[in-house]
Amino acid sequence: MNNNLKVIVNGLIKENPTFVLLLGMCPTLATTSSAINGMSMGLATMFVLICSNAAISALKNFIPDMVRIPAFIVVIAAFVTVVEMVMNAYVPALAASLGIFIPLIVVNCIVLGRAEAFASKNNVLASSLDGFGIGLGFTLALTLLGAIRELLGTGKIFSLSIYPENFGSLIFVLAPGAFIVLGYLIAVFNKLQKK
Amino acid sequence: MAKLKSTFKNMFLSLFVISLVVAVLLAQVNKLTAKPIAAAKALKLENAIKEVVPEFDNNPVEEAYKMATPAGDSLLVYPAKKGDEVVGFAVNTYSNNGFSGNIQLMVGFDTGDKVVNYAVLSHAETPGLGSKMNAWFRDTAKPNQAVIGRNLSEGNLSVSKDGGQIDAITASTITSRAFLEAINKAYVVYKESDADSGATQQNNPEKKRKEERGGTHE
Amino acid sequence: MASETRTAQPATEKIMEYVGIIIVAIFVNNIVYSQFLGICPFLGVSKKIDTAIGMGLAVTFVLTISTIVTFLLQKGILDPFGLGYLQTISFILVIAALVQMVEIILKKVSPSLYQALGVFLPLITTNCAILGVAILVIQKDFNLLQSVVFAVATSLGFALALIIFSGIREQLSLTKIPKTMQGIPIALITAGIIAMAFMGFSGIDQVFK
Repeated sequence: MNNNLKVIVNGLIKENPTFVLLLGMCPTLATTSSAINGMSMGLATMFVLICSNAAISALKNFIPDMVRIPAFIVVIAAFVTVVEMVMNAYVPALAASLGIFIPLIVVNCIVLGRAEAFASKNNVLASSLDGFGIGLGFTLALTLLGAIRELLGTGKIFSLSIYPENFGSLIFVLAPGAFIVLGYLIAVFNKLQKK
Repeated sequence: MAKLKSTFKNMFLSLFVISLVVAVLLAQVNKLTAKPIAAAKALKLENAIKEVVPEFDNNPVEEAYKMATPAGDSLLVYPAKKGDEVVGFAVNTYSNNGFSGNIQLMVGFDTGDKVVNYAVLSHAETPGLGSKMNAWFRDTAKPNQAVIGRNLSEGNLSVSKDGGQIDAITASTITSRAFLEAINKAYVVYKESDADSGATQQNNPEKKRKEERGGTHE
Repeated sequence: MASETRTAQPATEKIMEYVGIIIVAIFVNNIVYSQFLGICPFLGVSKKIDTAIGMGLAVTFVLTISTIVTFLLQKGILDPFGLGYLQTISFILVIAALVQMVEIILKKVSPSLYQALGVFLPLITTNCAILGVAILVIQKDFNLLQSVVFAVATSLGFALALIIFSGIREQLSLTKIPKTMQGIPIALITAGIIAMAFMGFSGIDQVFK
């Protein structure tokens, strides 16, 4: 049990996809204009990670080495399409605000990277937990980034007003703010890690 | 269990089987979600219409029709009725001159040339600036910027910078101009529909049929 | 949705429309600094100017061809048969296959360029810009010519973003930077400042309307 817990914690800290592995930057920057958007993107990606990791691990002996990348892509794309359809059906407003980045989960280097680095070499349970851990790390990173940008930019977190919007710095909700806040967050994470 | 060798047959077979399973799976999920997706879209439309016209008891979406605009394209008009009498029209209008392109609105007019309300259907305007149009033009506490209640028979709406009556959103003149352009466009179409007394004509942009049932209004 | 049925536009208006698409794609909605697509290679390949140029060219080539193929796929097969939900999966497979072919062709035709691009070539498959543009073109309802123009302009915007950035990063490597900020953090902040500069281009496209 301890081993499995380690796998999860690994995805949160030691191999946090956003702050350490520096993967999946596109959705990280694009969908974090608010805390709820960041969190939803993270959860959607986590779902795909868990499912694709599990599926690929289950199929790993069935996929010849030379076609593994296309095979992985097909499996990942399948789960991404499922997420797309389910979101459009049951949370259309959220799907609209995440927009093009839902189908872009399929090229999120995190998902393909984990399939290649972990799922193709480990059993189904471990792979699912790895997907969960990495997904959780990603979700926390995105939620944190989204919350900071939303708070600094509009004075709200999860749409709850903390201070009047007029005192917010709009730049944080816009493109440059994404780069800048992420840069500082990574720096902070690095500093904390070194201790 | 050893991994499958990368022979041509194995590669082809494995990819083929995986693709097949995936295709079947996706087709099933598609079947399951197609209805909710369509229902969500319809609900969004219905809610937008409800928001912008006076109370009605017909089905505006079913009685919708296209009306041509002077620019050569057409807008969708949704007549709202109570019993047999038309109480208002909701027009699905747009402008491509927003700061970031297309803005889609649903504007509701009553039978007296007045704007009842509007709903922003989609836009790509800057958050915190142009996106304020959702609330800015609704603010009846600030009569200089509210679009609600304006009577367009007195003339098209324009921003005060252009000599008009409406105060533009601070630092978002372009968005404001596009917004008003969309409303003016809708008004032209509304006027034609009004003249027809809400003809329940389907998709015939050039022809304008006369209303036969009751439902006259001046 | 309200659609537009334009009568034939005069030639100058049409040209201006395309110029507008190009200017918007390169400057106003720059793929990296505004749309956040293509960030991974952007951060990874931008340490030197010449790799940046090579990557920019490779992306331009793959992006343009893949946009054409996916466009034809969507209009020719997916739309007529109601298979819209297969868009994501079919597009990415087309892109993956295309990149594979480009690799093979490049190896035969120009081994030196192949060597120079090295590991970046297969990485183009996961470049969100490629899939992103393919989907955007369908969403924006462009015709084939507009899509091609958009694709080429977008990749030029990508190349521009990359080259500017690598120029600055080469300079940065010669300056003293606090330890925690070294590497990616300062790169991101630099990108943020460039993004702010690019915001200055907003509204230029109004000239072309």
